[in-house]
Amino acid sequence: MNAATDYLLHLADNALVLGQRNAEWCGHGPILEEDIALSNVSLDLIGQARLLYQLVASLKGGNTTEDRLAYFRDTHEFRNYTLLELPHHGPLSGYAHASLDYGTTIVRNFLYSALMALLWEALEKSANADLAAIAAKSLKEVRYHLRHSRDWLVRLGDGTDESHIRAQAALDHLFPYTQEFWAHSAVESAAVAAGIGVDLATLQADWDAIVDAALAEATLVRPQVGGYVPEGKNGIHSEHLGFLLAEMQSLARAHPNGSW
Amino acid sequence: MTTALKEWPLWEVFVRSKQGLEHKHCGSLHAADAAQALEMARDVYTRRQEGVSIWVVESKAITASNPDEKGELFDPAADKIYRHPTFYEIPEEVGHM
Repeated sequence: MNAATDYLLHLADNALVLGQRNAEWCGHGPILEEDIALSNVSLDLIGQARLLYQLVASLKGGNTTEDRLAYFRDTHEFRNYTLLELPHHGPLSGYAHASLDYGTTIVRNFLYSALMALLWEALEKSANADLAAIAAKSLKEVRYHLRHSRDWLVRLGDGTDESHIRAQAALDHLFPYTQEFWAHSAVESAAVAAGIGVDLATLQADWDAIVDAALAEATLVRPQVGGYVPEGKNGIHSEHLGFLLAEMQSLARAHPNGSW
Repeated sequence: MTTALKEWPLWEVFVRSKQGLEHKHCGSLHAADAAQALEMARDVYTRRQEGVSIWVVESKAITASNPDEKGELFDPAADKIYRHPTFYEIPEEVGHM
């Protein structure tokens, strides 16, 4: 295990997988302005992923490139949170309304952006100067992602009966996955010990405060968590990541030495 | 809970560029309220570094002149060229103005 590259891959995979997921809205947004907003968010995330993969590639050396890391690793090698690979809807029974449910998209972006707004700020002090620089750039981006998703969370939660029900359903579905943020992992511990990473336990109280304030404004109820704690960051994923990667990686794998 | 709008009102967007001092009209968009219009204007009209400041105003708040009245409103100014400051001789000592 390499503390730096494993930790950087975790951060990079988070950004890439959520960027790819949100890009599914491109051309399908509920309104033109939101279509553009979601694409902007995706491009920010993919940009963050690229910087991190480039940094990993430079640390690993050899023939590692950002493209190899993004397109030629398989499901079990990805280290993103399970939360970020889930489709834009709840379980396909009961309260499922659509394959692309904007409430699910917004709730997920909010929960993750609230974490990253804190984490990127803390990572500005990382012992790895390159990561600190990436953190400074990403912090501005994620602050806007948080603002955008929080604004919509309040509008949907404190909106119509229909939007409230769907926002609460999305929250009930996704919230248990945030348990993974706070679960111990060897990679994160090693990165913290090396001064590269940040111990998320130190951010949890601030995350709770951001989330609770927004949920109160949105008239949504914070779900109780418990039960299974996902382990995407340890490479143990849901059934959804394979499909996402298949779509994302197919072109690069069909033309392995292509350039674009 | 507020009443859901079937149609969102139209907003006019004004953006100030890095170079300019004034906000220039750059287009319009639909949004539920002013705060949302501002966010959307950011995403729609400043993606290519066009701006450093945004104003939005609801289109219905703008009172516009009637194009049909163009003749009576604007044509009378056409033969008053003396309103342009081009009939003065500037003394040497004033220098460049």
